[in-house]
Amino acid sequence: MSSEWNRERKIKFTVQDPCQIVRKSFGDVIADDLRFVISSVVGEENVIEMTPNKSNNFCCGGGGGFLQSGYTEARRTYGKVKFDQIIATGADYCITGCHNCHAQVHDVAHHFGGSYGTVHIWTLICLSLGILGPNERAYLGDDLKDVDVFHPETAL
Amino acid sequence: MSESTVKIKGKKQSSFLDKAKGIIPDGGNLQLCLTCGACASGCPATGLEDMDPRKFLRMVAMGLDEEAVKSPWVWMCTMCQRCVYVCPMKIDIPQLVYNARAEWPRETRPSGIVKSCDMALRNDSNSAMGTAPDDFVFVVQDVLEEYRDSQPEFAEMEAPVDKPGAFFFLNQNSREPVTEPDEMVPLWKILHLAGVDWTYGSKGWAAENYCLFLADNECWERVTRVSAKQADELGCKVFLNTE
Repeated sequence: MSSEWNRERKIKFTVQDPCQIVRKSFGDVIADDLRFVISSVVGEENVIEMTPNKSNNFCCGGGGGFLQSGYTEARRTYGKVKFDQIIATGADYCITGCHNCHAQVHDVAHHFGGSYGTVHIWTLICLSLGILGPNERAYLGDDLKDVDVFHPETAL
Repeated sequence: MSESTVKIKGKKQSSFLDKAKGIIPDGGNLQLCLTCGACASGCPATGLEDMDPRKFLRMVAMGLDEEAVKSPWVWMCTMCQRCVYVCPMKIDIPQLVYNARAEWPRETRPSGIVKSCDMALRNDSNSAMGTAPDDFVFVVQDVLEEYRDSQPEFAEMEAPVDKPGAFFFLNQNSREPVTEPDEMVPLWKILHLAGVDWTYGSKGWAAENYCLFLADNECWERVTRVSAKQADELGCKVFLNTE
């Protein structure tokens, strides 16, 4: 893997540590593993951490069934804290390692008018390897839609 | 220290607190609260429904069962455990919240969570979207074939379902196969290039478990056992949960 694609672009990323994987299961060790992968694919200088992070990270509000609970307004009020933390980093993208986080971080961006994108790590790994096709970019913004497209002729 | 502690005989012991203490591993340290507020000050759910973790715990400790347990706040705490992480006494408030959820008659719990759990019980997929095992297998094979053709470098890529003896049993959130199947592919590519020996299961493939969030222990166990059984029957060594 290489972060060469981002050396000139300098697109910034922050990371939402999933409560379930980090705080509740494996602790800072896996948070550090996650950062090793992220730094490898986007460049260490392009990672901006949220405060607090790792095991002390704030939940985004996507867990515990909140997304399906019907308490939408409360869920977004809860998520505003996370939204503000992401905005404070100034990052162009927030990487989420869990589906509930992805849905929630994406939704609050939309709701509160944030311009950051919300991406899965698998998307960035494949982008850095030059094997990300045109139809595998649903969560990439205009800045990355056309970067190193694998088999661009297959675009739908 | 005085050996003859004055015991105030006031309100009855909280029945909910006693019940929760009996269920939570090691009792959850529920009566060790120093009221410092570290939990509440770092909780995104603080203020919702005029509640916060400290207040919730204190109310239960003081026997205000009804007011605490019935608060919709128990569905707004995500049980993320940050309060436990910062608590000097390691009090397990999320477990208390979980057990408060379980106190609600099932039909009064948030209908979206009830429905998602019920969907998972419809067939052996465990999918909160109700997707049947055959549909999942079809989508996976269809998408795989399409990518093998259109991206010849990945002509040998696999997305096995029920591969006996695979090392990893990988599950998958329903959202991808059902609403955005192309999103499954990057993960398959990574596994392929890394030479990982993995498989999905035709049964128990869905990663989400809303019965857990519903605090429906019986259904939660049922859903989990479907996945575990499939992984065991295939002889997989490691269960990879992508949720």
